Amino acid sequence: MNATPRKVLVTGIGATTPLAGDSAGTWEAMLAGRSGVRPLDREWAAELPVRIAATVAVEPADVLPRPLARRLDRSAQFALIAAREAWADAGFTGPAGEDNLVDPDRLGAVIASGIGGVTTLLDQYDVLRERGARRVSPHTVPMLMPNSPAANVGLEVGARAGVHTPVSACASGAEAIGYAVEMIRTGRAEVVIAGGTEAAIHPLPIAAFASMMAMSKNNDEPERASRPYDTARDGFVLGEGSGVVVLESAEHAERRGARAYCEVVGQGLSADSHHIAQPEPSGRGVAAAIQNLLDAGDLDVSQLVHVNAHATSTPQGDVAEIKALRKVLGDVVDGVAISATKSMTGHLLGGAGGIETVATVQALYHRTAPPTVNVDELDPEVDADIVRGEPRRLPSTGTLVALNNSFGFGGHNVVLALRTL
Amino acid sequence: MAATKEEIIEGLAEIVNEIAGIPAEEVTEEKSFTDDLDVDSLSMVEVVVAAEERFDVKIPDDDVKNLKTVGDAVSYITSHQG
Repeated sequence: MNATPRKVLVTGIGATTPLAGDSAGTWEAMLAGRSGVRPLDREWAAELPVRIAATVAVEPADVLPRPLARRLDRSAQFALIAAREAWADAGFTGPAGEDNLVDPDRLGAVIASGIGGVTTLLDQYDVLRERGARRVSPHTVPMLMPNSPAANVGLEVGARAGVHTPVSACASGAEAIGYAVEMIRTGRAEVVIAGGTEAAIHPLPIAAFASMMAMSKNNDEPERASRPYDTARDGFVLGEGSGVVVLESAEHAERRGARAYCEVVGQGLSADSHHIAQPEPSGRGVAAAIQNLLDAGDLDVSQLVHVNAHATSTPQGDVAEIKALRKVLGDVVDGVAISATKSMTGHLLGGAGGIETVATVQALYHRTAPPTVNVDELDPEVDADIVRGEPRRLPSTGTLVALNNSFGFGGHNVVLALRTL
Repeated sequence: MAATKEEIIEGLAEIVNEIAGIPAEEVTEEKSFTDDLDVDSLSMVEVVVAAEERFDVKIPDDDVKNLKTVGDAVSYITSHQG
């Protein structure tokens, strides 16, 4: 344990989500309890068991110039859009080195996705079969490689301290932010742009997740399909988009007079070592991650008021997470406002940790917990204070702590802790 | 029927516009693909494949490196088109 770890601040946020094309619009839609889940009216969806998804509210083709967009996988397009917003929000006006606000050698980029450039891979396979090898795009590999969003964001901002892509399925986005925090804490970088992205709304991933019995089949009521903690929940709804934050050492932020939203206090990590895709039902692994976070000694648990839960709307996972919180935090859980924003955004897989960290930053900054929609009948096994229907005000004074949980197939558990300034 | 020099320049301009976003009127014979038209080595492969299809010509990989300017490509296509 480092006795005097460098303090890490969030100085910029950006997002493109099923709710809006930016972070402010996404937050506004969350407070209004809107759902981003829609019918998939594409021809290829007609024969699938699942015909709903949380597609982005603003198509990237409407935002990015065509020559740029055509050489980026959709996941990198989302990441670039979110990164540009976060970068500008942090007060930077151009790539590192050009506006003299940050040294490129002290700037990092850590952007993750769970699945990588799956649509590029599958589309180019179609090209290969239908039109031959000569027509396969020379951009295929740089587009489909999982580190492509990180590399493209790194190129955009001029990051030279390191560009990284931790991959841990649906925990990837949160793991990326945790990795970025460590880059700053250990002195490798002063500023790191970090987050998660995903673009996997394609017949193959949908068919594959559906085969695992992991997805909601509530095709008739798309807006009601993602319903964490409700007794009628029947699986997650696939979403797409990206959420990105700019993290910065407190010294660096102060030196350039940057506005900061909150602090990232630390992270807790663990692995279930239980099953490749099933959550450990008692919540043992998640509890270990929370315990590791507390053991690091950086936060005061009495200040914990909010959790942006992983809660994907699967029967097992939602309950295991609550059990884990209860196991480690005991009665503290009674005073914690728990929100499952996936009820509105769907599950962005590797993008989830990104947009949910952005939502957690906004919750602390505005001292408001976003609602969980579609909880008509709370599962009696969910022994916690779920923010249902309407947003809830958090204490208007004092230091507040919030957690953002993300877990992934493979048994990866990531808990990020944020604190008001 | 073989394309005229003007038709080839016009066709290449459309291709470069589609791939690199450079306005078609800026795609003239003396321009270098890499230095003037924002066509890197990967995008050059796209330009070549699109040109092959459009002008019914085969441009082997070994010959691509000799196509530095739009004029080089025009000459190559003029003398090789079917």
